[in-house]
Formats: sequence, structure tokens, C-alpha cells
Amino acid sequence: MSAVATPRATKSERWRIERAPTQPLWLTILSPVILVALALIVGAGLLSLTGSDPWLVYRRMAQLAFGSAYGWSDTTVKATPLILAGLGVSIAFRMRLWNIGAEGQLFLGAFMATGVALHWLPRDTPQPLMLLAMAAAGFVGGALWGLIPGLLKAKLNVNEIITTLMLNYVAIQWNNFFVYGPWSERGFGLSPQFPRNAWLPRLTDFAADFPFLRGLTAHFGILIAVALAVVLWVVWRSTRWGFEVSVVGDNPRAARYAGINLTRNIILVMALSGGLAGLAGMSEVSGVVHRLQERFSPGYGFTAIIVAWLAKLNPLAIILVSYLFAGLLVGGDAIQPAGIAQLLQGVILFVVVSGDMILRYRVRRV
Amino acid sequence: MRKTWIGVTLLLITALVLAACVAPAAPAAPSGEAPAPAPAAPETGGIQIPQPVEGKFNVAFVYVGPIGDGGWTYAHNEGRLYLQEKLGDAVHTAYLESVPEGTDAERVIRNLARAGFNAIFTTSFGFMDPTATVAEEFPDVYFVHISGYLKNETNFANLFGGMESMKYLAGMIAGARAAADGQTKIGYIAPFPIPEVIRHINAAALGMRQTCPECTLDIRWIFTWFDPSLERQAAETLMDAGAYVVITGADTAGPVQAAGERGLYGIAYDSRNACDVDPVHCLTVPYWEWGPFYTLLVEQMMDGTFVPDDFYFDVDSGALGLLGFMEGQEPAPGVPAEVIPLVRDVLDQMLSGEMNRFDIFTGPINNNKGELVIPAGVSLTQSDLEGIDATIAAQTGREACTICMNWLAEGVSPDAELP
Repeated sequence: MSAVATPRATKSERWRIERAPTQPLWLTILSPVILVALALIVGAGLLSLTGSDPWLVYRRMAQLAFGSAYGWSDTTVKATPLILAGLGVSIAFRMRLWNIGAEGQLFLGAFMATGVALHWLPRDTPQPLMLLAMAAAGFVGGALWGLIPGLLKAKLNVNEIITTLMLNYVAIQWNNFFVYGPWSERGFGLSPQFPRNAWLPRLTDFAADFPFLRGLTAHFGILIAVALAVVLWVVWRSTRWGFEVSVVGDNPRAARYAGINLTRNIILVMALSGGLAGLAGMSEVSGVVHRLQERFSPGYGFTAIIVAWLAKLNPLAIILVSYLFAGLLVGGDAIQPAGIAQLLQGVILFVVVSGDMILRYRVRRV
Repeated sequence: MRKTWIGVTLLLITALVLAACVAPAAPAAPSGEAPAPAPAAPETGGIQIPQPVEGKFNVAFVYVGPIGDGGWTYAHNEGRLYLQEKLGDAVHTAYLESVPEGTDAERVIRNLARAGFNAIFTTSFGFMDPTATVAEEFPDVYFVHISGYLKNETNFANLFGGMESMKYLAGMIAGARAAADGQTKIGYIAPFPIPEVIRHINAAALGMRQTCPECTLDIRWIFTWFDPSLERQAAETLMDAGAYVVITGADTAGPVQAAGERGLYGIAYDSRNACDVDPVHCLTVPYWEWGPFYTLLVEQMMDGTFVPDDFYFDVDSGALGLLGFMEGQEPAPGVPAEVIPLVRDVLDQMLSGEMNRFDIFTGPINNNKGELVIPAGVSLTQSDLEGIDATIAAQTGREACTICMNWLAEGVSPDAELP
């Protein structure tokens, strides 16, 4: 062959989608508001198509979710697991570890907490000790479930998206085995009810002293969730480790050159991420369900992914977004047939997520 | 950067899909049955806002599936419409469909009570504990739970019926169909291993043995009441294993459709219209007529004579039906001619009250391993049928069962086990 190289096309006509380099501050703050408004308008169009009055529907939804102390209480009950699991996944996301196994980690946390409440501690254990033990067990359960993909990723570079996703199903089946088998109450898909000392205190439990709290089922878990959000916010802002995690997320190679231990951080982050989701599971069985049950979570672990993303991984924003989502779920009871409510929820979600994507990225010719 | 973008996109798509899958699936559109228009009710277009109307007796229904399921929930919604029509302007009815069993149910029921409904009917087994909890909180609201065993002395009743009688007849028809074509296998789609479902399976097996002594009943447990794709899938695996007739105990008519597609036969469940999906291959459907009972109970509530009880009706109440054999109906083309008089005869005895569920469960009856469970001459008691064990007996003050409904009758495939 001759040494003469064939001239090649030096420039290819290609489009590329990439992250917009900078986003003005006003857009960052205003974009969620714009997106939610846009979503509501699209939803209203859909409602009009079904021949109903969108204003009436929206008003009723808002009223159910935020219009009274009861509404706020119901919404808080739904927001609690979303905040905890959302914080969980946000830790992993910050390091660009795509942990989509929060649902499974949540189930494992609930499983461990149930073990403590029903089998591993005496039934008359004092309440604070019982709850602490359950929370610790729940955290450990979720952490273990996050640790497995963490180890696989750190040591063998196994894709964590696949492993965390698959482990969801394992955890749910594991849970099913116990609620139909060894821990079942008469063969139904649920365990016996926890003793009262294994219940996280609810507002309604104080109705004897404060009658106006009767029927309010919001529980202590929300305080834990909010406290953890604040702790995490401080960690990201002002600790060395928080900074390390961000550096690894932005540029693993640079992080390695800077002497950051990647292996240790991956394992630690996945365990913490799973642990928080596990805590969400504990808080749900101890504060709301009061027993382990088949499918007790309507997909909180998955919704948490969207929550964390929309909140741009900011712990305090996660609280806000969780409340919005919870309100959407609670407000769904306002309209029937149920398909309409779900359709509306889906549309709002879709508009917000896709709109967010458009605002964050731009298309460029290269 | 690009890799990250792809990762993020995949992640969000996955999350959206998963979040959507886990939420209780609803069919694309409710099949044409718009809720009864109540004058001055907060309804807008095809959408209903479940709120009470002032000056009326307000009744709310909580459904586990969508009203368009063509089965269990459809039948309950027919009952609601019947009630609305019978009592007219005096009542306002509303419903909430596709409510998941468990904690969401408690919130939904509590909100209905809080909103000011006078009576609340909850129509799935898993709504029992939440209904009991809320009934205690709202002593001025009436509660009726369908298919459970809990009640109280003041405002909370339970209601169910002896569908086992109709399942027995359905078993006879299935057995006759198989025998007529030289087949020996029949399939049953079983939702949960609870006494209600086991009772229905056993009744179907005993009926089947009347017309096809060498037939066996194969079971698939699906652990859900309503899941169109799982129900269909169970039907497919039953047919793959040789089932000639598929009887479903779950909420939709999907299994009947699946059987029809293979040219095999199905027996549907719950609602009078369930055979419409394939009238040729659907042999019959044991169905519920909730309307008259709903009307009766609501009338009692309105005039203050309602006493919470364990209501349990049998065929002679008129609240149970067997498609093709009730007054004015003709058997489906797939039902073998020779079994028709036989079924009519037993049904007549049931309609007159001469025969009932206790006669079906009268010994000698063996379990599917060949061991004697009900000795000759002994009949099961209501507690036996409902599997009221010592715990529930203590909880409800009822008599405990001695031969509890936790066994599979002869005729059920010998290797079948309760999960």
C-alpha cells in the first residue's frame, strides 16, 4: 500500500445535547415555579377534554392536600418516606452513583425493623429503646442492601444501575416470603400488628391531652426526616467529606489524583444511601402501617428518584418537592374515576421532568 | 459529559416507568359506564368528585379495582347504581375506585367519613382493618365491610354471601364440559390462600367431581385480586399444563378471553356481564347481585332500624346468580346438553332453600391427599367455612372453627399445596 493517506472528511455534521454551561440564578429559582405552572396548564387542558371544570378539580385537590390540618397531616404522612428515601438517593447521585434501588432498600429496612419489633426484642421493651433499635435495624437493613451493589461497583466495576434495580425485586420477594410464610398472620400477606411501644408517636396519640389533634395521623418520622435533611445540608456545605463526594461526582480522575480514596467512598456512599432508604421503610411500618405488609410501599423508592432529581439534590429542596408530590398523591383522591387522577399525576410529572431537562441542557452543533 | 447525560436520561426514564408501574394500574378508560348523574351533585363532565350532598343520605363506596374491571368491582358498582335508582332523590352515592389495600385505604375511608358521608361500604377483604379503625373514630357513620369477619355493636357490619354454592354448580358445568370431550384437567386461578378463596376452590372441585369423577383441578396462586396481565398469564400456564376449562376466582374476565383464544373454555366470576368478552367459550359466570342488599341495608340505616350483624346470604336470597340458569336466561352454547337438567335441578333446590352451602360441605369428604377431613354425616359450621380460628374467635366473640378452611378438597390436584 502506498503511504499516502486518503483524505478524510475532517468535519462531521453532528448535533450534540450537552449541559448548559451556566444557568442564571433567576432561572434556577424560577424554573420550578414556571414548570409547575406549565404542568398545571397542560393538565387543565386535559381535564377540559374530559368535559370537566379544571378549576373545580384543582381547587378540590388542593383543598384535600393542603386545605386543612387533616390535609396537611395526610400530606405529611406521604411526604415522610419520600423525604427520607429522596435524601438517600441524593447522596449517591451527588457522587454520580445511580442508585435506583431505594425501593428495595426501603423494604429491607422495614423488614429488619419488623424483626426487631416482633421477634428479636421482648414485646415489653420500653418504647424509646424499642424505636431506637428499630431505627438502627432499619438503617442497617437498607445499608446492607446498598452495600452489595456498592462493593460490586467499587471492587469489580459492576454497573450499579443494573444491580440496584435487580435487588429491588429480590427485596420485595424476600419481604413477600416472610409476610406469607414465617411471619404471616394466618396466611394473609401481612405480619401481626406491632405492640404499641413499637409505634412511632402520631399526633392523634396525644388527643387525650390535646383534643384538636384527634384523627391527625402525621407521625414522628417527619421530624427525623427534616432533621436529617438539615444535617445533610450542613455536611454538603461545610465538611471535607461532603466536598470530596462532590469532587468524585464531577471528575473521578481528578479526585483520584487529589488522593481521594474512590473505593472507600463508593462503598460508604452506597451504604449511607441505602441506610436512609431503609430508615424510610422503618418509619413507614412503625409510623403508619404498624405491621409488615405485602406491597406496603406504593413505589416511594422510585418516586424518591424523581424527587431528588427535581430538587437538584439539595436536601432542603427535597423537603419541598416531597411535599408537592405528596400533595399530588393525596389530592388524587379528589377525583374519580381514579384513572383521571393518575393521568393528571403522570402528565404533571412528565411536564416537570422534561421541562427541567430542557432548561438544564442545550442542543449544539459540533 | 455525554455519558452522564445518557445515564441521567436512562435513570429518569426508568424511574418514571417504575413509578408508573408500581402505582395501582388502571385501565386506559372506564368502559362507558359513567357514574349515575345525581342532580346538584358535585360532578363535572365525566368526572366525579366524591363529596356528600346536603339534605340527602350520602353513601360512599370504596372499591379495590376500577369500575370497568368487568368483574368484582363492576358488580359492586352495578349494586350502587341499583341503590341510587331504587331510592332516587333520597340518597346520593359516590365511589372511589382503585384504592390500594392497606394504609392508603385508611386515609381514603377516614376522609370520606370526615367529609360527611352517612354510610360507607368498603368492598375488599384488605379494607377490613382500616374500616374497623375508622368505624371506631366515627360512631355516627355507618360502615359495611364486604367479605371480612369484623363488626361492632353500633355502626359497623360485615356482609358476604355463599358464593361457594354457585362455585359448586360452576364446577359441575366445567366437569361436564371436560368429560364430554374426553378431557380430565380443569384449572382454577386463585387470588390468595385465605378461607374465602379456599372455600370456593373446594366447592368447585366437589362440583366437578359430580360430573367428572376422574377430573383434577389444577391451581395457580396469583396473590392479587386485580391484575389483568397476571390473571391472563395464570390462565396461560394452566392451559399449558393441560387445563381444558379455566375457572377464575380473580376480578377480571381476562382468563376467559385467554381460554377462548385457544379454543378452550373459561368460567368467569363476579359480574353478570363477565361472559360478554367471549360468549361462545365462556360457559357461565357465578355472579353477585349486590343491589337489593345494599338497598335494604341503606333503607334500614335511613329509618334507624339498622343493626350491625354478620350478614351472610345464600342462593335463596336472590343475591347470587349463575349466568344461563336464572329466570329468563339460556345456557351458553358451550354447556353440554346432558348437564343442563342436572344443574337446573340442584339450582332449584338452592333457590328454594332446600339445599345450601352446608349440604355441599357434608362428609364424607377427603382432602386432596386422600385423608378423611369431614367424617360421614358431619357438616361444616359457618365458622368452619369462614376459617374463624381461635384468634379471630376471641376477637369477634364467635364460635371457633373445628375443621377450619385450610385444606384442599379431593378433586384438587394431589400435588397442590396451600402456599
